[in-house]
Amino acid sequence: MSKATLQRRPLVKKILDGADDNLLVIGGLGSANWDITAAGDRPLNMPLWGAMGAPVAMGLGLAMAQPKKRVLVITGDGDMLMSLGSLATVAAQQPDNLAIVVLDNEKFGETGNQATHTSPRNNGPTDSGAGTDLAMIARGCGITDSAIVREAGEVAQLVKDARITKGPVFRLVKVMVEKLEFVMPPQDGAHLKDRFRQALLGQA
Amino acid sequence: MNAVATVDWHDQIFETLQDHDVRQVYHVPDAGHGRLIEACQKSNSIRTLALTTEEEGIPLAAGAWLGGQRSVLLMQSSGVGNTINLMGMTKTLRFPFLTLITMRGDYGEFNSWQYPMGQGTPKVLEAMGVLLYSVDTADEVKATVDAAARSAFHGGQAVAVLLRQKLIGIKNFGKK
Repeated sequence: MSKATLQRRPLVKKILDGADDNLLVIGGLGSANWDITAAGDRPLNMPLWGAMGAPVAMGLGLAMAQPKKRVLVITGDGDMLMSLGSLATVAAQQPDNLAIVVLDNEKFGETGNQATHTSPRNNGPTDSGAGTDLAMIARGCGITDSAIVREAGEVAQLVKDARITKGPVFRLVKVMVEKLEFVMPPQDGAHLKDRFRQALLGQA
Repeated sequence: MNAVATVDWHDQIFETLQDHDVRQVYHVPDAGHGRLIEACQKSNSIRTLALTTEEEGIPLAAGAWLGGQRSVLLMQSSGVGNTINLMGMTKTLRFPFLTLITMRGDYGEFNSWQYPMGQGTPKVLEAMGVLLYSVDTADEVKATVDAAARSAFHGGQAVAVLLRQKLIGIKNFGKK
């Protein structure tokens, strides 16, 4: 497979461009958190600083509580690999307002870019994975609208699928390995939760 | 006939959850909670979700609360260990969390594999800052679940109700 060419920061910025009160975003820990924050911190973002493996289930609980809002989970391959079962739990509920975008750089970025299982097999002594295809896993779990995005020409459709296509939607986006600035949102979890509920419900 | 004894405690839990406007119920298959799970599945006001692992129940509850809904996680003591890392979210986000736990490895348990997590359950939950209520008899169930729901949804706490094996009955795999 050819090397990834998509860059995560401009991609996430495009996905979140013009986000209004209808869009509720959960960002997985590490790079996805910094990505959604670089696109513009907002109260209806819930960026996670920990809780690895939590974003998809969190998005599902939120999507069911707020069926008229769009819920978008953006996270990484390492996080997704830790909670594969949650894709089956999503499929069992078929929330039509939930989209999951996994930015797959085939690395554990926060711990020094070690290979995840989505890395290719036979890729050298330290960088080999299993060639795990998360989009195929999502489809196998019962999320039928599941696809891989690799090319710049597919980004406009990706934005549409993340924002408005009937869910549940799963998109695996192959992105480059990059060294990027940490763009950090507030860290206090209770504050992040309260500002989210204040913006959404009018009460913390 | 004793009026209290004629009302099934599973049904009392269901009524209490409805009284507290619980809208999402998470569970894995469980004989102890079976009757309650079926009542939730048949309810029009409650969304019932089967999980692949109990761990999913914590972020689900967090997401539901972000969206303004109350939830409850039903599990066995054997599933508690699966939740412990993400149980930390109840502290970092400070959201109301209620779980009802049917105990195994607790009182006359037949299956030795149930003892380690059963005996560890109160300790690990306490270590994660979860408030513990315990029920041994059917006549205490309703008041205890009601109090736990108040501590969670009004007091903002993470609360677990341990439904002890003395209450649920001993699974004996046909042995006398």
